[in-house]
Amino acid sequence: MDSNATTPVLPEVRDAMRPCFEEVFGNASSIHYFGRQARAAVERARDCVAALLGCRAAEVVFTSGGTEGDDTALFGVTRPGDHIITSAIEHEAVLKSAHVLESRCVEVTIVGVDARGLIDPGDIRKALRPNTRLISVMMANNETGVLQPVEEIGRIAQEAGVLFHTDAVQAAGKVPIDVKAIGCHLLSISGHKMHAPQGIGALFVSKGTLLQPLLYGGNHERRRRAGTENLPGIVGLGKAAELALAGFTDGSVERIRALRDRLEQDLLSQVDESGVNGLGAPRVPNTSNLHLDHVEGEALIIALDLKGLAISTGAACSSGAVEPSHVLTAMGLKPEHARASFRLSLGKHSTEADIDLALGLVPETVARLRELSPVYKKQPLAAGR
Amino acid sequence: MRNGLQKSETIAVAMSGGVDSSTVAAMLRADGHTVVGLTMQLWNQRRLSGHEGMPEQVQGRCCSIDDVYDARRVAETLDIPYYVVNHEERFERDVVRPFVSEYLSGRTPIPCSLCNNHLKFDQLLIVARQIGADRIATGHYARNEFCERRQRWILKRPADKAKDQTYFLFGLTQDQLSRTMFPLGEMSKPEVREQARQKGLNVLAEKPDSQEICFVPGGDYKRFIDAYLADQGEALPDTSGEMVTTSGEVVGRHGGIHNFTVGQRKGLGVATGNPLYVLEIRGDKRQVVVGGGDELLSPSMRVKKLNWVSVPALDAPMRVQSKIRHRHEPAWATIEMAGPDEVLATFDAPQRAVTPGQAAVFYDGDEVVGGGWIA
Repeated sequence: MDSNATTPVLPEVRDAMRPCFEEVFGNASSIHYFGRQARAAVERARDCVAALLGCRAAEVVFTSGGTEGDDTALFGVTRPGDHIITSAIEHEAVLKSAHVLESRCVEVTIVGVDARGLIDPGDIRKALRPNTRLISVMMANNETGVLQPVEEIGRIAQEAGVLFHTDAVQAAGKVPIDVKAIGCHLLSISGHKMHAPQGIGALFVSKGTLLQPLLYGGNHERRRRAGTENLPGIVGLGKAAELALAGFTDGSVERIRALRDRLEQDLLSQVDESGVNGLGAPRVPNTSNLHLDHVEGEALIIALDLKGLAISTGAACSSGAVEPSHVLTAMGLKPEHARASFRLSLGKHSTEADIDLALGLVPETVARLRELSPVYKKQPLAAGR
Repeated sequence: MRNGLQKSETIAVAMSGGVDSSTVAAMLRADGHTVVGLTMQLWNQRRLSGHEGMPEQVQGRCCSIDDVYDARRVAETLDIPYYVVNHEERFERDVVRPFVSEYLSGRTPIPCSLCNNHLKFDQLLIVARQIGADRIATGHYARNEFCERRQRWILKRPADKAKDQTYFLFGLTQDQLSRTMFPLGEMSKPEVREQARQKGLNVLAEKPDSQEICFVPGGDYKRFIDAYLADQGEALPDTSGEMVTTSGEVVGRHGGIHNFTVGQRKGLGVATGNPLYVLEIRGDKRQVVVGGGDELLSPSMRVKKLNWVSVPALDAPMRVQSKIRHRHEPAWATIEMAGPDEVLATFDAPQRAVTPGQAAVFYDGDEVVGGGWIA
């Protein structure tokens, strides 16, 4: 139940990719027949991604994933002396990049969020400066699933004549995306968060937005991203985009929402002193971030993993240890609540049986953790055990 | 006596990425236990990088990326679940802060004992129990077993006396001892390295032992204190003052009491005919007392914040061997209570450089009777 971390490649996606390993093995930049075949596959995929985002195919740049999309957006449009506005709950791909930009003489303003995890567009407006070049605000938060008011922020950017980038990695496939309605110039998505393989993503770059590439080399991707196309990945992303778009009308997104709602409501009713992080804010349909008080999220994850249930908390640092979530901290959660929080996130592969498994394991595990935490010292093992 | 080990129970192994704890995990796995590997993330080694005198990248130290990488590879080789648990906050509060303030008060701390008491055998044991492991196993060289007659858990020196780590473990409570396994207690270091090779951990078998304090790169604690306080936005308190003799004669000045340790000879900045040693650090007066080597000898010491292991309490004076620093050859002494939580230990022969802040551990043969902190 950690689909916001990654999702399995769907069978349809795998089947679409298979020819790339067997028959369609050309270099999409080659002139000959095999190259043309590969090129055609890339462009078909580009059409599918464009359809998912509501943009023109020429505005889609394939990347290696969400981080590359975010980095390209931030580094690609800013110069020393510029000012950018971003938020405290962004993914590290944006926050770390903003930090690096700061060391390269780009001014950075980071706006906060309210207790629901929502950014106030008014704060963005107030942060505007004459030299503001870019606003980067995520569409959906990876930890809480809270959807940000990107359309309002898009209007503010438009009025101010400022570029707007949104990290839509956690929104793609979960809620409809329309780059025109959002009014963004740049939008990044990642394949493996939407049932395509790891190592592929896309960046929407609106027509007329001048972008310095991150990678220099050949003339691939209309000189916006050099490097031989990742043909299987691109084809996989295309298929996943097609399925994601269909998911909004074929009931699969609503099925996930129903699963999530049942899981969340039953957990909250079975575990006392618990609640939803991000309550009262619009959320993507697959994510549930809960605080189960008096429980260490870290211990809960390990205990559940040992029983076969994968959940998540916070963000992992380089060693793999859990660090306090910067998102929950920005929402004003007390450290003990932030530590007692964890995330359940579902995907197209999730089933009622998964929900039953979680409902069977989480309450009893929480009960044991709560029992052990404060009192364990008073119960030495019986002598001679 | 027995160690209470049940077959095929779930055991959490505290894994550091070194050869000792890795071998423990391999041995328990081979014995058929369900083994879960845990590494504590205690200190961000890069946190103080960039401060004056602190290295940019620290290699091969506790909590370094390299050690976690090694531990994770061992867990993968052994096919056991492995997790890194974050206890940085607690480590800073219970180990690093006290370490700094002890030095600034003129004492010489041992952070390893604090870490064992507050982190390894407390927090990690809690995590272990929460994830379904009733016991924790570590790569310490020590032995523990339950004595039916006394109805107590006993902590004993290991078979390999050269590797004895009981000095750092005297603070373990009965409960902690009952839930801890020291599988290397009967083994010598060469045997452990041989076991590691046999279990397929070839690279680790050659890994050198760690020696210094894990969060103090290169062992330069003065630079660490400077860098830590700067990182906290705090100024180094001025603890400079006089250097005096036992008779009160001022022989010079010093730059701060935290630069000195009892028994220290070098770097006193005072030139006299005879070699001078630090005899005492008077934290309240910011004075460093110096004198000749013969004046370093103490006939007795006071020990506080006690923990008793083989006895429930000290009811009557007892003959023990007393160890007053890690590399100290235990010395015969008689211990008796001198206050509610204070022992007076009188040595048979006066001991050199009894150092406040260090632990005093009392032995009866191989058994740890108890211990405390030298006042």
